[in-house]
Amino acid sequence: MSNSNSTEIIRAGLKKRYAREKRFRLFGIASLMISFAFLLVLLFTIVSKGWPAFQQTYVKLDIELDESVLKVNSNSDEDALYSANYQKVVRASLNKMFPGVSGRKKKRDLRNIVSNSAAYTIRDDVLAEPKLLGTKQTYWFLAKDDIDVFMKGKIDRNLPEDERRLKDYQFEWIDKLIEEDRLEKRFNTVLFSNGDSREPEQAGMKGAIMGSLFTMLVTLMLSFPIAVAAAAYLEEFAPQNNKWVDIIEININNLAAVPSIVFGLLGLAVYINYFGVPRSTPLIGGLVLTLMTLPTIIIASRAAIKSVPPSIKEAAIGLGASRVQTLFQHTLPLAMPGILTGTIIGMAQALGETAPLLMIGMIAFVAEVPTGVLDPSTVMPVQIYLWSDSPERAFTERTSAAIMVLLGFLVAMNLIAIMLRKKFERRW
Amino acid sequence: MPTQTILITLIALLIFSYFIGHKRSIAVSSLDKGRRNLHSRPHYYGYMVAIWAGIPALLILMLWSAFNSSIITSLTVSGLPDTLQAESKDTLGLIINEVKNLAVSGQIAEETDAVKRDAAYNYQRLQSISTLAKTVVVFVAALLGMLFAWRLINPELRARNKVETVVRWGMIICASIAILTTVGIVFSVLFESIRFFESVPASDFLFGTKWSPQTSIRTDQVGSSGSFGAIPLFVGTLLISVIALVIAVPLGLMSAIYLSEYSSRRVRSFAKPTLEILAGIPTVVYGFFAALTVAPFLRDLGESIGLSVASESALAAGVVMGIMIIPFVSSLSDDVISAVPQAMRDGSYGMGATKSETIRQVVIPAALPGIVGGVLLAASRAIGETMIVVMAAGLSANLTVNPLEAVTTVTVQIVTLLTGDQEFDSPKTLAAFALGLGLFVITLLLNFVALQIIRKYREQYE
Repeated sequence: MSNSNSTEIIRAGLKKRYAREKRFRLFGIASLMISFAFLLVLLFTIVSKGWPAFQQTYVKLDIELDESVLKVNSNSDEDALYSANYQKVVRASLNKMFPGVSGRKKKRDLRNIVSNSAAYTIRDDVLAEPKLLGTKQTYWFLAKDDIDVFMKGKIDRNLPEDERRLKDYQFEWIDKLIEEDRLEKRFNTVLFSNGDSREPEQAGMKGAIMGSLFTMLVTLMLSFPIAVAAAAYLEEFAPQNNKWVDIIEININNLAAVPSIVFGLLGLAVYINYFGVPRSTPLIGGLVLTLMTLPTIIIASRAAIKSVPPSIKEAAIGLGASRVQTLFQHTLPLAMPGILTGTIIGMAQALGETAPLLMIGMIAFVAEVPTGVLDPSTVMPVQIYLWSDSPERAFTERTSAAIMVLLGFLVAMNLIAIMLRKKFERRW
Repeated sequence: MPTQTILITLIALLIFSYFIGHKRSIAVSSLDKGRRNLHSRPHYYGYMVAIWAGIPALLILMLWSAFNSSIITSLTVSGLPDTLQAESKDTLGLIINEVKNLAVSGQIAEETDAVKRDAAYNYQRLQSISTLAKTVVVFVAALLGMLFAWRLINPELRARNKVETVVRWGMIICASIAILTTVGIVFSVLFESIRFFESVPASDFLFGTKWSPQTSIRTDQVGSSGSFGAIPLFVGTLLISVIALVIAVPLGLMSAIYLSEYSSRRVRSFAKPTLEILAGIPTVVYGFFAALTVAPFLRDLGESIGLSVASESALAAGVVMGIMIIPFVSSLSDDVISAVPQAMRDGSYGMGATKSETIRQVVIPAALPGIVGGVLLAASRAIGETMIVVMAAGLSANLTVNPLEAVTTVTVQIVTLLTGDQEFDSPKTLAAFALGLGLFVITLLLNFVALQIIRKYREQYE
């Protein structure tokens, strides 16, 4: 009797227990979904904010290259042509289009329809072809960032006048320009062909991309050979139960967990202040990032070397190869896909790293595109940080676009790593 | 010759020495019984000559470049008049900097101060002597090494063994770089911290509750000393990390449980890498997201229910940091949950327990040490995280545990102290190294404890 009684009790509790089971399972699904939702929101925010930055507004102006205004003619020497005030002809063209603008502020606002790079565009043209002087030319200039932001629909016309960046008279100008088909949005080549600038419309990330490239080059050239040699030593040559080897292993594991900013402190104190490596250069950035990526690559390489079956090594040794020959002619080539995968993943981490680079001066404003490892430069993540700190509305957009470019590089690198693994992965 | 040219020439020389070594070995062997007679294959002789030519030369080049600037600086200083040398260290440093800039700019003749002009000429002269001497010494060393090894070559020479010994030592040195790095970290933060504690007592730093590192330029200014109490920074760090863990631990753990115990293989093979994407996104992106999206969202949310949330609240930074470490917690928990032996689950099912009961009462308790270890690792990651807090947390040190207020963290202060333009030796910059030391010690302890727990736990089931 008691038996069926306890069965009754269990049966009575079953419904509750199944409900609890269902709830628990739901919790699991929910937490996965929440994590995915975070990821989606993050990516959506970045993409929706950054998308417009791939377009840029241009203004069409008719420029009279008046020799009397510029005070040069086609026979002037290059220096005179270089230093002529081209801003004047741009201003004259705008004044002609919108006559009767008075007042200091309004005049400045009128001038600020086009970016100040307009003068340089004309200068370069005139320098290349001095015969242009005295003629009338039509140019598409970069529009100033406020106009650009408005053209992308980010400034609400219906707000009260003192709450928006553009005033009513500026809207009149813009409307007239639109009416005459003088405003156009095009693909933003500036973003990829210019270095950094204080003017949002002229700011590009070519300097940062090249800086990242040089930094990664230094990192790769240093960390790859060192990491592979270290991994091969630890896996193939290191004596068992040796104090020194134990210390090395503990150190590698610990370095993998040291906060990245501490590596920046090391770079500042040792590389810059002690050895005098020039700051702000890809060289010092690469040196610091090398120390950070070493543990990642070493750990991956060790796993790859370990997975090469001992039979292959034994066969080589049996045929008279030395241990070093076995390593270089058999083990390493067979382990290479795994090592490369680990290297690419380590490089991807290094590419996204920001904090240690702030310590070693890569945060400096650099307008020129670096051409070598000893030029001052910045890198992509630091450029993102710098832009995100700028108050102009147009920089927010460019920050998101820069993030998209950075993420693009990271996705590409990880895809390559995955493909490498898929293609060459062997089960022995 | 500049260092880069020396390097390139040296590499060309190494390739050349490989070939002459190779050739020499064949020439030597053909004198008597032919190539079979050689101890090693010809290219090992080539490598050997290249090693003899390269390693001493490269070592000299490296050491020379490393100590060049400090030696020349001290020589320039000793060339200055005695009255200037007696000046304080800071003034002397300034003068030397001016002299160096003069020498580099090449406009020495325009300098009005005769002493500086002379020093700059002196500096320039020393610099050019050093460069010339470096070039000569490096190439003489390379050529001598090459010649020496070239003459050594004969059929009995065990070239392969010699090359392999060098390779092995090279590998040992590469492996030891990990130790060098740790030593470098410890010494760089330790030395600067000791200098910091000379001007600010350690007790003030460790137990002080006021952090305002602004030291004034003139000594008679109010508040010139600056106060370096680190408690508010550590509390701020802790607050943000706790918020991050509150977000990440339940989400990460439940995701791991679902993925390892419930989901089908297909879902798992898709969901796990997707979750890992969160770990692959650079932290600067999270920082931007926190500052631009999450912080304003939380502030508006707070306003709508009548709470005042600071625009740089600890909550925003903590939540975003939590998102970042979800994959960290989940993959570590996943590992330990999968390590629990199936027999334990089967035993529980056999007793009639449902799946969730098994997980809660058998699997989790068994995996608990490993999970705790994983959480500690995640905590150390959160404490050391920099960019999110630099971009989304505040700058002013606020001693509070209210997540809606702005707090600052250790990492934020290190960045702000070191990215401005200030003299390297001021207590302000040295304080950053003291903070770095604290950060290093704390994360090291956390990692050590976590790894110890995880290792113990693994042994239990092996």
